[in-house]
Amino acid sequence: MIVIPYVDKPHPLTGVTNAKFGIWLFLASEVMLFGALFSTLIILRTGSANWPLGSTELNVPLATINTIALITSSVTIVLAWASLKMQQIGRFRVYMALTLLLSAVFLVIKYFEYTHKFEHGHFPSTSTFFAIYFTMTGLHGIHIIGGMIVNAYLMGPGSAMWKKNPEQFTGRVECAGLYWHFVDLVWIFLFPSFYLL
Amino acid sequence: MAAAHGHMGVHIKAYIGVFMALIFLTVVTVGVSYLHFSHGMAIAVAMFVATVKGGLVAAVFMHLNNEKKVIYWVLGLTAVLFLLLISIPMMLLCH
Repeated sequence: MIVIPYVDKPHPLTGVTNAKFGIWLFLASEVMLFGALFSTLIILRTGSANWPLGSTELNVPLATINTIALITSSVTIVLAWASLKMQQIGRFRVYMALTLLLSAVFLVIKYFEYTHKFEHGHFPSTSTFFAIYFTMTGLHGIHIIGGMIVNAYLMGPGSAMWKKNPEQFTGRVECAGLYWHFVDLVWIFLFPSFYLL
Repeated sequence: MAAAHGHMGVHIKAYIGVFMALIFLTVVTVGVSYLHFSHGMAIAVAMFVATVKGGLVAAVFMHLNNEKKVIYWVLGLTAVLFLLLISIPMMLLCH
């Protein structure tokens, strides 16, 4: 079996590590995935005779709290990476734990939002608005869960790598951070698209 | 080590500054939604604020303000394809 060794030095052709180049290519594909759904949203919205005002159907204060939680988690994860750059593994764990806590706050609020909608008989099949709302926020929620699993691993068992190869571990945290910022960025556009317009 | 701390200190100040700007812009975008602008104006303002917020996240948190050329090429190509994807419904609307 051929194993491609991990190289924590920048590749001479790209100037970045293979891991970083890889995560950016992955994020490029993610831009197209969410881009297709935003494109769908525009078609559905403009083609609908009576598209509801988001604030009349959804809970704006809860979504605002969620926006602040995600933005704050973006800061805590970048501070976790900065802590590793300053050789402070203890601080890294604190900031990573805060990131996970804020992600959990986001998911719990989303859970309450969803259950409230279901209790009032609003399902993806109810209307075009709820179909695309549940599709896009649901896909975003799955991305949050995926990010949380990776972040929890890096904070827990994955951090054992810090002793063996701190440069590689810092690179892993940077890649996880880039993904997390992208998830935050998508929400920055989802929030006004569904809740405020 | 001290030099690394000083260098990161500048970055950390930028992160905190961007964080405060993002919170401010979130308050602005929610506040503006209560001003009852015309439909087109409301969409334009909300998307403009979201683009500024997204730009700050990408430039500072994702370090795109100081990245290698290969990443810019990847994202440049992605941006062209993304704009094409978004413009498809616009073209359909014009017909």
